[in-house]
Amino acid sequence: MALSGLDIYKLLPKTNCKKCGFATCLAFAMQLAKKASSVENCPFISQEAKDKIISASLAPIKSISLESRCGELILGGEKVLFRHEEKFFNPCAIGIIFEDSLSEAKLIEKISDVKRLSFERVGEILTVDVVALKYSGIDAGKYIDSFKAIINNCDFVVALICDDTDVIKKVVEIANGRDLIIYCFGKEFDIEKFSHFASNKNLSFVLVAEDLDSLNILTLKCEQLKFKNLLIDTGEKNLSDKLWDLTQIRRLSLKKHIRSLGYPVSCIIEQTSPEAIINKASCYILKYASMILVKSDAPEVIFPLLTLRQNIYSDPQKPLQVEPKSYAVGQVDKDSPVLVTTNFSLSYFTVLSEVEASRVPSYIVSVDTEGMSVLTAWAAEKLTPESITKALEKDNIKDKVDHKKLVIPGYVSVMSGDLQEKSGWQVTVGPKEASGIPSFLKKYK
Amino acid sequence: MELEYIEKSSNSITSVILGTGSTSLKVGGEDALPFLYREGKNVSLPIIAHEVFDSAPSDWAKSLKDEFKSVINKPIEWALYCKNELNAKLICLRLSSAHPDFGNNSADKLAKLCRDIYAKVNLPMVIIGCGDDKKDNQVLPECSKALKGKNCYFGNTTIDNYKTIAASCIADGNGVIAHSPIDINIAKQLNILINEVGLPLDKVIINPTVGALGYGLEYAYSIMERARLAALMGDKMLALPFICFIAQESWRAKESKASEKDNPDWGKELERGIYWEAVTANSFLHAGADILVMRHPKAVEIVSKAIKELTNKGIK
Repeated sequence: MALSGLDIYKLLPKTNCKKCGFATCLAFAMQLAKKASSVENCPFISQEAKDKIISASLAPIKSISLESRCGELILGGEKVLFRHEEKFFNPCAIGIIFEDSLSEAKLIEKISDVKRLSFERVGEILTVDVVALKYSGIDAGKYIDSFKAIINNCDFVVALICDDTDVIKKVVEIANGRDLIIYCFGKEFDIEKFSHFASNKNLSFVLVAEDLDSLNILTLKCEQLKFKNLLIDTGEKNLSDKLWDLTQIRRLSLKKHIRSLGYPVSCIIEQTSPEAIINKASCYILKYASMILVKSDAPEVIFPLLTLRQNIYSDPQKPLQVEPKSYAVGQVDKDSPVLVTTNFSLSYFTVLSEVEASRVPSYIVSVDTEGMSVLTAWAAEKLTPESITKALEKDNIKDKVDHKKLVIPGYVSVMSGDLQEKSGWQVTVGPKEASGIPSFLKKYK
Repeated sequence: MELEYIEKSSNSITSVILGTGSTSLKVGGEDALPFLYREGKNVSLPIIAHEVFDSAPSDWAKSLKDEFKSVINKPIEWALYCKNELNAKLICLRLSSAHPDFGNNSADKLAKLCRDIYAKVNLPMVIIGCGDDKKDNQVLPECSKALKGKNCYFGNTTIDNYKTIAASCIADGNGVIAHSPIDINIAKQLNILINEVGLPLDKVIINPTVGALGYGLEYAYSIMERARLAALMGDKMLALPFICFIAQESWRAKESKASEKDNPDWGKELERGIYWEAVTANSFLHAGADILVMRHPKAVEIVSKAIKELTNKGIK
């Protein structure tokens, strides 16, 4: 947990010797809290105090960064137990597990299925991030060939679920600089065999142990061996025990500063039934997993999970907003309808998708409501006859169309008279729910 | 080193009983965050309420209508179907036909319906009016009278409209659903007001308003988390069970209803709607929901499994 300037001040010598370059110890402490100076600039501070300040300034949960041609994937780095305290920072990676028993043709087909798992919501593209390859322990050659097929056919970060260290070594040799996540599974897995890779930034290792004490021993050992990129996993358990583990790991690293557990957490869901995946993955997304690997690529299963991730990792302090202005949808002309909504992303994009579905080219005027939805903005007096009039004037929408007719959301029908008077536009009350827009627009005019 | 971090709560959620006799149910009573049974004595055991409408809903997705095809026009049969075929323990009756614009059915007629359903089904009930304050104030007191002593729960009461309904519930030994618009302060204020007119807190269930997956779920999720944390830290006026109207929100989402033909990359239409409902429900379980109001039998089945697994005390 970060220390405040006053907390740091208490740890300084309080002699105001000015050796640090600041007039007083308090001024220096304030700069340290802002990370604008370094504790090394104080020649008289005790080693103990120095360690305390340095360790408090480190993130309680370390983050790892993986590069792929799909972009940068950051896992971990979380700071809170509940998203309302600040936010959840780095969306948990979702990955699909392939078995190495698939024929090459089938595997390539599966890869293209996974690439198609891409869903646009509220102006964002939601996709999976990882593909994992599971070793059946039978045919090392087949496993390596499957790995080659994966790296030749997609840009995802690849995870290796394989308990044979020799096979992993062979895969790493042909990985061609691709970032890999290596699952250290099985009793035989000896991480020391990989210690010469410890500082290789392309390789991340997932340490697996059933209980937190054993995990703690493992991570401490890996830290001594100078491993940089680590994740942890408490293995397959029933849902209530897994929820307990995930909660404990997050709490211990944030509240007790147990740095040996401050790593991103990965979970594998072994069951293949959509029901089991839905239940476990929704729990893990909400409760602190940084990576989830599943054995289904069915869009109807993955789509809701990616949507949940998008919801939970959104910033609660800052509602998603679009720029407040008028948007032309489709081949608009001088007769196109003009619809009003707020600049809250969810409102705007919901209206947008329904206007698109209606195939009636229209203008959407998104009024600056500071990211509030229609009803909230109305209650908070951000969506008012005045603010709508201002939005219409600001964007000179009257030059874009030959009429002065406006459609407002059904929920704010009470303002229509007042708005008509203030804006000089003729007001029609539209549907309450965006889903009513297509049938409304077909009849409108 | 013992690696464990236990949070001790200084307060527990008020236990609320729904119904009477052998079919009665207890919700609430938790003294820890959801499903963390190792630090609380009382684990939460959320209950699923099956939603039954007094008249055939016009705006339901086809996949949903198909499930109730034979009973969709017959509320008594519908409720019986939920009990006998779907193993319902709690019925949520929606009196939408009371609305002046959608049927305008009379208080007498709807009170009789409540009485008949209860007599046939004999399960605890939550009864939700049509949302028109004036009409709800006529209809719900009559329904409460018809279910006198049955310990049923009536709503929605809101900050602008709670006195009439609360008063009749006090007189008839029933309870209320206190509805607030995703706002922790209003939720608390309403509980205080209802309590002040004489209804004890163990007769109040909070409806915090929820959003569907993809449609504001996270706002309601965080409000419920905040309210539950405050409750466990000692705020008695927020320490009440939550009822979440899952299906009414999830089935409004475009993603639940859009056809496979229009959206070939979104996967199977039927399953998509079911999973949308299940993921919405699962999310609110983790935020502290005590009652989930749901529709699709398959979604109910999935979420029941989640509840069973989450309340399984496992090893240790």
